[in-house]
Order: sequence, then C-alpha cells, then structure tokens
Amino acid sequence: MNKAQASADRASKTQHPQNPNERKPHERLERVAIRFAGDSGDGMQLTGTKFTESTALAGNDLSTLPDFPAEIRAPAGTLAGVSGFQIHFSSTDVRTPADQPDVLVAMNPAALRANLADVRLGGMLVLNADAFTEKNLERAGYREDPLPDVRERYRVVEIPLTKLTIAAVADLGLSQREATRSKNFFALGLMYWLYGRPVESTLRWIASRFPDDVGEANRRVLMAGYHFGETSELFPVSFEVPPAKIEPGVYRNITGNTALAWGAVAASTQMGRPLFVGAYPITPASEILHELAKHRNFGIKTFQAEDEIAAAAAAIGAAFAGHLALTVTSGPGFLLKQEALNLAVVAELPLVLVDVQRAGPSTGLPTKTEQADLLMALYGRSSDSPMPVLAPATPGECFSIMLEAFRLAVKYMTPVVVLSDGYLANSAEPWRIPDTAALPRSVVSYHTEPAGFAPYHRAAETLARPWAIPGTPGLEHRIGGLEKQDGSGNVSYLPDNHQRMTDLRHQKVAGMARDIPPLELRGAASGRLLVVGWGGTHGAIATAVDETRADGGEVAHLHLRHLNPLPSDLGDVLGRFERVLVPELNTGQLVRVLRDRYLVDAQSLTKVQGQPFRIAELRSAIARLLED
Amino acid sequence: MSEPAVGTVETKLTKKDFETDQEVRWCPGCGDYSVLANVQRVLPEFGIPRERFVFVSGIGCSSRFPYYMNTYGFHTIHGRAPAFATGIKLARPELSVWIVTGDGDGLSIGGNHLLHVIRRNVDVQILLFNNRIYGLTKGQYSPTSQLGMKNKSMPMGVIDYPLDPVAFALGAGATFVARTVDVDSAGLQDVLRRAHAHPGAAFVEILQNCPVYNDGVWEAIEDRRTRVEAGLPLIHGEPLVFGAKGRRRGIRIEHGTPRLIALADEDDPVAAGVTVHDERHESPAYAMALATLAPPDFPIPTGVFRAAERPSYERLLDEQVTTAVRERGPGTLEGLLHSGDTWSVE
Ligand code: SF4
Repeated sequence: MNKAQASADRASKTQHPQNPNERKPHERLERVAIRFAGDSGDGMQLTGTKFTESTALAGNDLSTLPDFPAEIRAPAGTLAGVSGFQIHFSSTDVRTPADQPDVLVAMNPAALRANLADVRLGGMLVLNADAFTEKNLERAGYREDPLPDVRERYRVVEIPLTKLTIAAVADLGLSQREATRSKNFFALGLMYWLYGRPVESTLRWIASRFPDDVGEANRRVLMAGYHFGETSELFPVSFEVPPAKIEPGVYRNITGNTALAWGAVAASTQMGRPLFVGAYPITPASEILHELAKHRNFGIKTFQAEDEIAAAAAAIGAAFAGHLALTVTSGPGFLLKQEALNLAVVAELPLVLVDVQRAGPSTGLPTKTEQADLLMALYGRSSDSPMPVLAPATPGECFSIMLEAFRLAVKYMTPVVVLSDGYLANSAEPWRIPDTAALPRSVVSYHTEPAGFAPYHRAAETLARPWAIPGTPGLEHRIGGLEKQDGSGNVSYLPDNHQRMTDLRHQKVAGMARDIPPLELRGAASGRLLVVGWGGTHGAIATAVDETRADGGEVAHLHLRHLNPLPSDLGDVLGRFERVLVPELNTGQLVRVLRDRYLVDAQSLTKVQGQPFRIAELRSAIARLLED
Repeated sequence: MSEPAVGTVETKLTKKDFETDQEVRWCPGCGDYSVLANVQRVLPEFGIPRERFVFVSGIGCSSRFPYYMNTYGFHTIHGRAPAFATGIKLARPELSVWIVTGDGDGLSIGGNHLLHVIRRNVDVQILLFNNRIYGLTKGQYSPTSQLGMKNKSMPMGVIDYPLDPVAFALGAGATFVARTVDVDSAGLQDVLRRAHAHPGAAFVEILQNCPVYNDGVWEAIEDRRTRVEAGLPLIHGEPLVFGAKGRRRGIRIEHGTPRLIALADEDDPVAAGVTVHDERHESPAYAMALATLAPPDFPIPTGVFRAAERPSYERLLDEQVTTAVRERGPGTLEGLLHSGDTWSVE
C-alpha cells in the first residue's frame, strides 16, 4: 500500500499514467462516453465525479453532465428516482458530454429503462444482476424481463454486484445495509480497470473522507471491482484512451457554478474591494453561495437573506456602501428580484446578478437546463429599464465572465446580468488555470472630492455617475427610486428631465458596446450559413459546425457573449451570410432580438426538453439549411 | 478608499446641519414634521460626523424622510428598506443606519423583511410611523387599522384584525422595543437616544397622526390634557402607575395577564402589588403582556418595553471573517485556483 501510495503521488503529478493492466490485451480507442445510472441513493453523482477526476489525471480531454431528479429521495427503484452522470473523454478535443453513451452502467432496472434509449446501438450495458428481481422490474414498470430482447441489441455484461460487494467486506462486521452501500465503488473500480484509469487519487480521497471502517469497506470494494475486471472472463480486453494533446499548463476540473464563484473572488482580489453576496437558496444556483461562503478569509461577506427580494436588496445596499455586490439565483428568483434591479437601474449602482437558468415557467423542472430567461433579462422590468446582459459559453468561461461583469458594473455604474444555465452549472471540463499575475488588476476608487460634487454628474465618455459612498465627508446625498434630476440627483417630476434621464440610461448601456472586442467566427467570415448561438449551447454547436465543415459543408459559427448591448459589428457579420440559424433552448428568444434589431431573416431551431442539444439535431438542421 | 480626511465631530453640529434644502412635502399638520424636527435635534448629540449617518426608507409618506435629512440617504422600494439597510450595515458596520418605515410599508408588504432584520439583531434603528392608514395612496386601511374603521377600500368597515407593532417586534425576538408619540418631543427624543445607544436592532413605534386620512386616531394620548389618563409611561425600576392625582391607578401583571389596581394618593404602589417595570426582564413574555395593554380598558404604554443584550449580526459576521483570516491566513487567488486536484500538461 505504501508503495502504491508513493507511485500514486507521482502518477497524479505526471500527465500520462501507464495503463496498469498488463495481463489482458488492450485496445486503443479515441473517445468513449460512459453513463453511470442508478437510484438517487446509489451514489451515482459521486461515482461520476471520481471517474472524472481520475480521467483528468489520465490526461484526456473531457466533458461531463450530471442528470439528477428534483426529489432528494424519490421512492427507491422507480423511474422518478433515477440519477445519472455522463462523462465523455477522448484523446482529441471534447466539447460536449456526447449525444449517445457507448457504455451504460445501470444499478437497477429503473436505471436501465430510463437510459436505454440513449445508448448507442451495440454499446455495452454493465448491469447489477442482483437488482434485476421481479419486484424491481415491476417498480421500474417492466411487465416482463427486458433482458432477452436487450441482449440481442447490446453487449450486456451482467454482474452480481451486490453479492460481490458483500463478499468483499464480509469480515468487517458491517450490517448488510452498510455493506451494500459501497456497491457503487465496485462499479467505479471495474470501470477504472476497463479504461485504464489510475485508482490512486480515489483511494487517497476515500482515506481522507470516510471514517475507518467505512473507508476500509469502500477501499476494498473499489479494488474488488478493479480486480474483477482483471480476472473475470466477462472482459476479454481492456481499453486505452491515450492522453489528448492539450495546451501546456496547470489544469483542474471545474464546473460552471464553481467558476462563477471563483470569478467573483477574482474580481474582488483584482479590483481591490471586498465582495458582498446576497442569496437565497435555489436550484441550481445554491452551489455558488455555498462555494463563496467557504471563503470568508478573502473578506467575503455572504448573506443568506429571508427571500430572493431581500437578497438582491441587501446586495444593492452593500453596493451603495462601496462593496462589490453579487446576487445569485435562478429564473423564479430573478423574477422576484426584478423590482430591486429596477431600483439599481435608476439609482445607477454597480451590481452583478447571476441567473443560472432552469427549465419551465414557475417551479418547472428545477434540475434541468433551459435558456428561456433572455427576454426577461432584457425586458422583464416595469417601464424602460435597460440593463447589460452577458452569457458564458463554457464552464471555464464562467470565470472570466465574472471579472468582466464586475468591471463593467463599476465602470458604468449599472447592474449587470450574467445568464448561466443548469447545464453549465453542473457540467465539468478541464480548465487551464489562468496565470493570476497576468490577470488585469486595477483598484477601484470611490469619488471623494466634495468640490463640484453632484450625485448624477456623469463622466463624459461612459456616462457613469460617481460612486460616492456613505462615510465620505462632504458628499452626503440621497438616492432613490423617484426620478432624479440630471446632475443634482434631486427628485424631479419635470417632463423634459424624465425624457433626458430615460435617454441617458439607454445611451449609457448602449455605449458599453465600445468595450466589446470584434467578433470572432469559427469558419469562414462569409458564406452560405451562419449559426448564431449564445450561452451553454456552445459545445454542441461548435462540434456540429466543425463536423459539418469537415464533411465539406459551408457553415460558420458565431457565439454571442454580449447580449446587451449587442456587439457593434454584429449587423455586418449577419449581413455577410446568405442564411442565419439561431439554435436556442427556448421557443425562440435571441432570434426575435436579432430579427427586431437587424431585420434579418434568421431561422430558429428550438428545443425545450430540459436537455442540451444533441449534436445530431444540430447537424441535421444545418444540413437542411445548406441543402435548400 | 481614501478615508474621511477630517471628521466633522470636532465642530459641534446643530439641528441646522441635518436639514436639507429640499422643500418638505408632507401635508400641513402631519405628525411627520414633529418626528423629523426631533430627529434633527437629537442627532447632533451623538458626536458622530454627519457623513456616518444613513437613512434608509421604503415607500409611503414617512419614507420621504431621507430626502429631508442632510446625511446619506436611500429611498428604496416598498417594504424592503430593512433588506437594503442590512446590506449597508453588513458592508460598513461603522455607519449609523436608520430605517424609516410605516405601518403599511413595514407591516404589510415589508412584514417579512422587518421580521428578519429584527430577528437577526442587525444594529440599526427602526422608526415605524404608525398612523393606522395608507396616506400616500390616499386613504386605504392598513394592518394596524382598527376593526370596523370605514375607509376608501373598506367602505363598510375593516373586518381584519389589527396587528400591534410592539407585539410583532417582540415576537420577532427584538432586543430593543419602544413606543413613543409624534408630538411628545421629550419622550420621542429620549427614546431616540436609547435606540441609538442600543447595540442591536432597535425598534421604535411612533404613534403618528395623519390629519388628512385618519385624523385623531391617537388623540387621547397626543393631547396634553388627556395624556395622563390615556398613557402609561414606562420607566425602568418604577411601578406601572398612571392617572392624575385622585385617580391614580397601577397595573399588576401576573402570569401574563394585566389587572388594574386603584390607588389612593398616599398608597405605596409597590406595596399595593403594582408591578415594577423591568425592561431587562429575562423573558420577553413580560413585555408582551405590556404590549396587550390598549384602550378602552387600559392606557397605552409608551417608553422602552424591552432592552436586552445579544451580539449583533454584523459583529458576529465580522468575527467570522476575522477568525477565518486568523486561522487560514488572508485568501490568495493563486491558492484558491490551485486548491484540490490539479495536474500539469507539458
Ligand atoms: S397623507 Fe397623512 S401621513 Fe401622509 S403626509 Fe399627509 S398627513 Fe402626513
């Protein structure tokens, strides 16, 4: 064990750990997608996360997507309780979790039934044979045993996973219930062997995470799964997915939610001002609050408010008092915060709001993804209330977008919306850690000069009003929701002043287009078809466009990070293509904005199933437009 | 931030220093004028530079208050002032933060926020102007309007039971609760001083007359001639006695139930069984019993109901930050980004 530990330490630092399985022949693959599925109590998210970490250490490019039920513990064995985790890894570029898994690990009949349709025909099914009892089949809604039929279409490997798990821990004196709880580690160990992943980082994690007896049980079961692969005749070969060619650097796995949180921390360190976070628990945004709450030693003050409204209001209060203010939520919470945001628009205070969009109106599908809050972000407040809107394209981009959002909020004295989504929130990708010394650093200064001070006296270029915070002598002033007189900031009911202030608020946000760099396209700068996307659909669209281009299709991809204001060269770019396709996970929101703004005959491809686009769906839409 | 160069503490401030050039727009005779004047009179006593004061309000007649105070001010949205004020105070605990709200703003649309700012014991002063009516929207009934009161939105009379602001605050776990009357300058100033000195959320109900939509609702206690009969002054360590010479009465609170005790002028109230006011009573039940005192059977208590000590929220939050820095060192971005599993690609 000590020796293994030592080599593990080395393995985790080196980039290409050797496939430790030398006894059976192994076959080389370019890419594999595996889905782990089981009851929500079976630990599938954990299994997937550990497999991901190990795969990253093995040097592959990867993308993951968890898929969990909204209920914390739905009835065991039912379809409603199935929890899944998909990982796609490769020796070349990976941008999505893959349309169809090649391998499904199903811990019970419900997991099989819920996921089978997604699996590539001829793919491998690894089943816990012990769970395929009559009762479980019935709970999953199977009238008869599906296996005879399934065996004809897939490579089915049936393993008595529960029994083998119990046997592995037989002498530890655990109850049957405790013992079977480790069975996900058997599946994990087996997959480690099958795809030549290093086990050491997981062993170390087990040792640090669990109390002695449970840790020992998990360790044994993991290794039992690993050795089972090696010795069992069910697996004649193992596979090898060589490391990908990746830009040099130090990497880690990161999810969109973590990257958003860390981006906010980075904004605070780089702008030299403390961060205040007002939030109320909501799926799928709560992890951002959890992550930031861990880092009080950065001077971060997180505040779990009594509701969504108060969370935004407290953040705006903190902004008035000179903090970098953040509020994080999902669609239903965003809706509640609009009233406070409207005040921030009029009070012209810097604030960043993150909306991790989820599916459906009202409670909808809280754990599923969608991009349907764009129009709410743009237009969902009373009266004329312009607000800049940004959207990250990848989990890693969630980091840089927060730096940009805070920089814009302070520079222009405005609330800024960042639209993430449930897919970005939970999916992970390897992320090259930026060189912190090279990140732009500029300490924000407040206005302190009393001579000539007026709260709504605007900077000539940005139209931003001064950030004058309580505690500064000689700058005492009052702000609020009543219309302000331009300059003095006194309450004003004059018709011309309201016109001027409304115009100024619009001009200020429109002027932010100056800060947007020229657009970059994937593919040619003009031609037959341009696919315009935004947000978390980037990976799927980029892959579909690349594949089409590789087949000779004349198509380009533009992904918008700035949704308000739109980039000033966007009209030109759209005009250089014969056709424009806008795929979105809503019923057509960006497409309306583009048609409205540029009178362009853009086509819409929409989907609202709580699931990301499949590459195949995008490819066929692209093909259709290229054909006719 | 370039810290305030010179505090204005040294030069003695006056009421005038706290007045703005904005025309005060309350109706003539509105009780709000008196409250404003008394706040402006008391603030200079605190020895705090003007720039350290922040007045935060919601929506309603009373919520115009910040515009008339030459301090920092934030006129926010309906009912949410406590949430904005919480953000300000947590960000900068050195500021003296005052919330100005009303019975509609604070107890109807903003009931939830008021509850929680009190529960958390954020060190702010909360002035709730209770005129038992919506004034700014022109005369609808509020959560403190009396049963049967006829008004624009319930012309046949109010049928929902009123809420008592003091009982509400006590129920929320308030560490400081007081009640005072708009026109009683001495009593008002006294309570403002106490509220300011209290380290934690200080809740003050101000009985306020709206001469336009609910005139005379507090007449008995506002009128000097009837005040001795209608009001019960709460003085820590003194028996609960009220009434003019020859009509003195005391109040005994036993098992949470108040009872009147008639007193002859020469009687010793304590010997006669009258309860001695204890604002630091260990149980809030005592103050709650006082909060149930109301006409027609009882006088209206004014003064400090309860003053208990408990660490304030912003102090505890600051302590967490200090502890985290002490135990883990100041956070560095480099350390954060490289925490957990990483790997190098060459
Ligand atoms: S409506 Fe009533 S409360 Fe409002 S300003 Fe007029 S008198 Fe005062």
